[in-house]
Amino acid sequence: MSLKNKYDVIVVGAGPGGSMTAKTAAEKGLNVLLIEKRQEIGSPIRCAEGVGEKSFKKFFPVIKDEWISTKMVGVRIYSPDGTLVEMSDNRAVGYILERKIFDRDLACMAADAGADVFTKTRATDIIIKDNFVKGIEGIRLGERFKVEADIVVGADGVESKVGRWAGIDTTLKPKDIESGAEYLISGIPVEDLCEVYLGNDIAPAGYVWAFPKGKNRANVGIGILGSKIGEKRPFDYLNEFVKKKYKNGKIIEVIYGGIPVSRPTKTFENGIMLVGDAARFTDPITGGGITNAMESGIYAGEVAAECIEEEDFSEGGLKKYEKRWRSTIGEENNRSYLLKEFFINLPDGGLNALAHSINKINITELSVKGLMRTLIDKNPWIPAKLAKLFKKK
Amino acid sequence: MISVNRYKCGYCGTCVAVCPAGAIELVEAWIEIDGESCVECNNCVKICPIGALEVSDESKK
Repeated sequence: MSLKNKYDVIVVGAGPGGSMTAKTAAEKGLNVLLIEKRQEIGSPIRCAEGVGEKSFKKFFPVIKDEWISTKMVGVRIYSPDGTLVEMSDNRAVGYILERKIFDRDLACMAADAGADVFTKTRATDIIIKDNFVKGIEGIRLGERFKVEADIVVGADGVESKVGRWAGIDTTLKPKDIESGAEYLISGIPVEDLCEVYLGNDIAPAGYVWAFPKGKNRANVGIGILGSKIGEKRPFDYLNEFVKKKYKNGKIIEVIYGGIPVSRPTKTFENGIMLVGDAARFTDPITGGGITNAMESGIYAGEVAAECIEEEDFSEGGLKKYEKRWRSTIGEENNRSYLLKEFFINLPDGGLNALAHSINKINITELSVKGLMRTLIDKNPWIPAKLAKLFKKK
Repeated sequence: MISVNRYKCGYCGTCVAVCPAGAIELVEAWIEIDGESCVECNNCVKICPIGALEVSDESKK
C-alpha cells in the first residue's frame, strides 16, 4: 500500500481528534489520508485518561470493555488543609480509559470507514498555492513526499505545527499551559473514585490527580501552571507527593505532558482546520481534552464534506466549523477559562474556605457546573460576574 | 543555545507549545531545536516538566 498523490482531506495526527475527523470524513464518502508520526498509535500516552460517562457515550453506540480500565463512581477533592469535598452518584459517572487500546481502535474505525492510515509518517510543512493550503510535505520511513488535498486538518496535538505553518499563532503563554508529569503506580490501595489534591505547596495553580486504573493501580499525576514553575519542577512535586502517599507503590510507567488551559486558537484558514489539543480545546479547569477532541473532529469531518460538496475551501466556507464548536466546546471553554483565572489567584486560605463551606454536602451533579453551583450557593463572595456563568438557564 | 538532555526528555512536546519562534520540533520520539530561529526567550527551559532543556554555556561566551 502506498500514498496516493491526492486526497480530499489529509488529517495530521491520529489521536482521538484526528481519527474522529478521518472517520467522519471517510463515512461521508471522502478520500481521506490519516497520518501519525509515531510508529504506534496511542503510545506513549500523555494523559490521565479520564472521561465523563455522558460525554463519552454519545460518540459510540457500543462502549467496548477493552477501552475501559475502570468505571469510576465519584470524585474526591482534597483542599490544602485536607478537607474533603465529595461528589458521587453511586453509579458509574465516568471512565478511566485504556488509551493505548482506545486510540488504536479509533484509528482502525477510520480505516474501516475507508481512510488510508500511515504511521511513522510525519508532516514537515504544508503546501500553499494562491493563498490556500493545498496539501502537505512530509517524510515517511526516511523518504520525503508531497501529497495534495483540498483540506488539511491539523490534529497534531499540544505540539501542533500545522496551524503555525498556515499562519495561525498557536503559541501558548506559560500562564496558559499546565506542565505535567504522571506515573502509573501499581500495588497501591485504590477505590473506584478519582482523587484531586489542591494546594500551592502540592501543585501551584494546578492539581495532583489519582485516577484508578484497575484493582491496585492508578494514574497519579500533576499539572502545574507554566508561569508558576520555579527551580522545583512538576516532576519534583510529583515525587514528593508519591513518596508521602504511595511509599510502597511500584512505578511501572513515567509520562510527561503539557495541558493547554487557554482559550481556543483561531481554528481555520483557507483550506485548513485545527481540532483537539491543536486548537487548544482542552478544558482549562479539568484539563480534560479527549471528548472535546472527538467532538471537534466530528464537526471538522462534517464541514470538510460540506465544503467539498460546495467546492468552497475558503476561510468563508470553513467558518461553519467555528460556528459549530463555538456553541458547545466554546461556551464551556469560556466558563472554565474564567474560572481558571479565578482559581489560580486564590491563596490556600481561599481554597480551604471553599472546601469548608461545602464539605458536609454530597454533590450529586458531577460536573464543574454542579460543583460551582453548590459553591456559589454557599459563598456569596464569589464574584457575581463569575457566578452568573453557572446559573441554571 | 538550548540543549536537550535526551536521557531526561520524555518527548512530550510541552516545550514546542510555548516556543514563540517555532524553533522546536517534536520529531517521532525526540526533540530538535533550530538554533538559528531560537529567540532565546527560555520559555522552553522554564516549562519543561522535568528540566530536560538547558541553556548551554556556549551562548554565554
